[in-house]
Amino acid sequence: MSNSSSAPLTTADGVPLRVSLRRAIRRSKLKALLLVSPLLLFLGIAFVMPIVDMLWRSVDNPEVSSTLPRTVSALDGWEGEALPGEPVFAALAEDLREGQQARNLGLLASRLNYEKSGMRSTITRTARRLRTLEPPYREALIEINDTWGELDTWRLIQRESSPYTLSYYLAAVDRQFSPQGEIVPVPEYLQIHATLFWRTFWMSAVITLATLLLGYPVAFLLANLPLRHSNLLMILVLLPFWTSLLVRTTTWIAILQSQGVLNDVMVALGVIADEARWQMIHNKTGTIIAMTHILLPFMILPLYSVMKTIPPSYMHAARSLGGRPFLCFRRVYFPLTIPGIAAGGILVFILSIGYYITPALVGGQSGRFITNYIAYHMQTSLNWGLAAAIASILLFVVVVFYWIFNRLIGVDKVKLG
Amino acid sequence: MTQILEAESSADDALTDDLCFARFINVQKSYDGVELVVKNFNLDIRKGQFVTLLGPSGSGKTTCLMMMAGFETPTHGDILLKGEPINGLPPHKRGIGMVFQNYALFPHMTVAENLAFPLEVRHLSKDDIKQKVQRALAMVRLEEFGDRRPAQLSGGQQQRVALARALVFEPELVLMDEPLGALDKNLREEMQYEIKRIHANLGVTMIYVTHDQTEALTMSDRIAVFNDGVVQQLATPETLYEEPENAFVAYFIGENNRLCGEVVELQGDTCRVRLDSGDTVLAKPVAVSEVGERTTLSLRPERVSILDTGDATVDNCFTARVEEVIYLGDHLRTRLSVCGNDEFILKTPNAVGNTGLRPGQEIRVGWSRGDCRALDV
Repeated sequence: MSNSSSAPLTTADGVPLRVSLRRAIRRSKLKALLLVSPLLLFLGIAFVMPIVDMLWRSVDNPEVSSTLPRTVSALDGWEGEALPGEPVFAALAEDLREGQQARNLGLLASRLNYEKSGMRSTITRTARRLRTLEPPYREALIEINDTWGELDTWRLIQRESSPYTLSYYLAAVDRQFSPQGEIVPVPEYLQIHATLFWRTFWMSAVITLATLLLGYPVAFLLANLPLRHSNLLMILVLLPFWTSLLVRTTTWIAILQSQGVLNDVMVALGVIADEARWQMIHNKTGTIIAMTHILLPFMILPLYSVMKTIPPSYMHAARSLGGRPFLCFRRVYFPLTIPGIAAGGILVFILSIGYYITPALVGGQSGRFITNYIAYHMQTSLNWGLAAAIASILLFVVVVFYWIFNRLIGVDKVKLG
Repeated sequence: MTQILEAESSADDALTDDLCFARFINVQKSYDGVELVVKNFNLDIRKGQFVTLLGPSGSGKTTCLMMMAGFETPTHGDILLKGEPINGLPPHKRGIGMVFQNYALFPHMTVAENLAFPLEVRHLSKDDIKQKVQRALAMVRLEEFGDRRPAQLSGGQQQRVALARALVFEPELVLMDEPLGALDKNLREEMQYEIKRIHANLGVTMIYVTHDQTEALTMSDRIAVFNDGVVQQLATPETLYEEPENAFVAYFIGENNRLCGEVVELQGDTCRVRLDSGDTVLAKPVAVSEVGERTTLSLRPERVSILDTGDATVDNCFTARVEEVIYLGDHLRTRLSVCGNDEFILKTPNAVGNTGLRPGQEIRVGWSRGDCRALDV
């Protein structure tokens, strides 16, 4: 009607249409929300909160500011040019005494030791002689340990007095603050994370490529065979999902190890000499083979779901128009499967860079991923801040890949059936 | 002398080539080795003809088309194109244009790229391709749409692009597999004329598959009616409608009243049939050969007329009761109960004197023996 553009639409009794519609669908919206609320709650507790906690831990830096509050405030305004004066040392002695009573000097010692090795023993040694400590504290503390007489120690305490720190992220990419507060690479013999990040990425890329090469023909068959055969094939594709990941991984150990099935067969056939058995496990090869196998379904299923939507008539049309089979594949079929390739690729790649168990079991020293170091820092070195920082970087990389994928292809293409 | 003979024989060859441009010879097809989808299919197609394979779904017509295109191999028999057997020839070497039911336009290419595809694979020069694509677009009146993607076109426009793509590389034979099946009624009729126009202009041979009898009757030079893997009748549209050779064709093409009975007398081009209700009808024997045979009488609804009382000049004359009258604008469909058949349809034009029938009314109807064909059961 002509007046619809000028005045807002109303229902017959004069209520604005928009309001009326909102009222009408509110009930069904509430009902829907109620239905998903258990899952929402679960996701909130089991997924969102740990991630927030992890992000928080990666920058959280409470040790210095909470254990040495007096020292921190006494250091306020210190230029860092010369050793601080007696009041600062007195404040430190007071803080350490209090910290010893509260038994939280250990955390402080570990925290400072990440940044400057030797700080742990400095603090424990100092703490042990606190009882007999007499003013003037400056001389007394330096006498207990020379470290208190170093400018760098005080610069470190001042730098880390903020409740937030970047130093975990720097450590995660093999960087640190120099005593002067500049960002510098850590000594070469300590550089490990950048190598591991790089290795994780390139090996994941290789695994993704391998799953694509192996999975593409299988997905094609799945989508094009008669239903009876394709169902059987689908079961074979899904079979790994019904087997424990550990079983599948250890099976690869049995097959690939130097006294394993594959080597034995090749020695028996005379392909390789007994003393020249191939080392295929506990290295990069082992990780790539085992992970390619384990992640293969995640490539096949999205590919299949895209291929299933390509009617055979496209290829028929291309053939009838005069294209040789390979040309038809290259010009018509392949371009139409690109969303599936991208979806499978992103899925396998993201899963792969975050994979832990398989590289831990078959990776040996050279085939380990960055995730294995996250676990190391969580379980062995107990440097949770660093573990959180590495994990956050991984998360960031995943989000970036996801964002790019969503811009180029669209997430709705990631379907498993 | 020999030269003349050779010239004559080559002229002969050319003639047979034209008459038998495409041939199916004793073609059989089975998918599972148990059942035959196509049973002994024979068809000769003249150059420039528009031949339709018509039949219900599952009757084997699409399989025949796919065998011609090369996507299915015949289990037995030969398919010839211009006198050459093409059984072993892969689809891309056959040079046959094909239009698919869902159009099969490549969604990742523009309309122009779709049309250029068959020309590119034939390694034509860029200028040639551009020119031919433009000409093909002009033929289907879509000059402005070359840069669009298929998804941005309406169903009818996609259909036209599919047609142009099948024709752009100038094939001598074009196959169409229910190309108008996805269009609504008005558009379908429009496209039927469009395809006819293009067929007439280009003189290309076309094999067309459909299950829509109206479409087949409107467009074809000849129609092969399929049922159960067998061609029931191969004839011009007129012959099919007017002179169906068996009960299936009569039933499948157009509307048809059926009366079942037994032949009691057979004489030249007339036979007397006693219906199951006891009435006796004079009919034209088509598929009956001896007295005592069971038969189905087929009678077009528009060939039945309402008689005034006392009129006895018609061959067959019966009393009927009106069961239902359906108003269809230009004509009226009246369901009658005649000779024990209460599904008997009478079609009358909406003209003065034909209206006014009421359910329950008793009338007299009649038809001539020539319009009543005695077919198989």
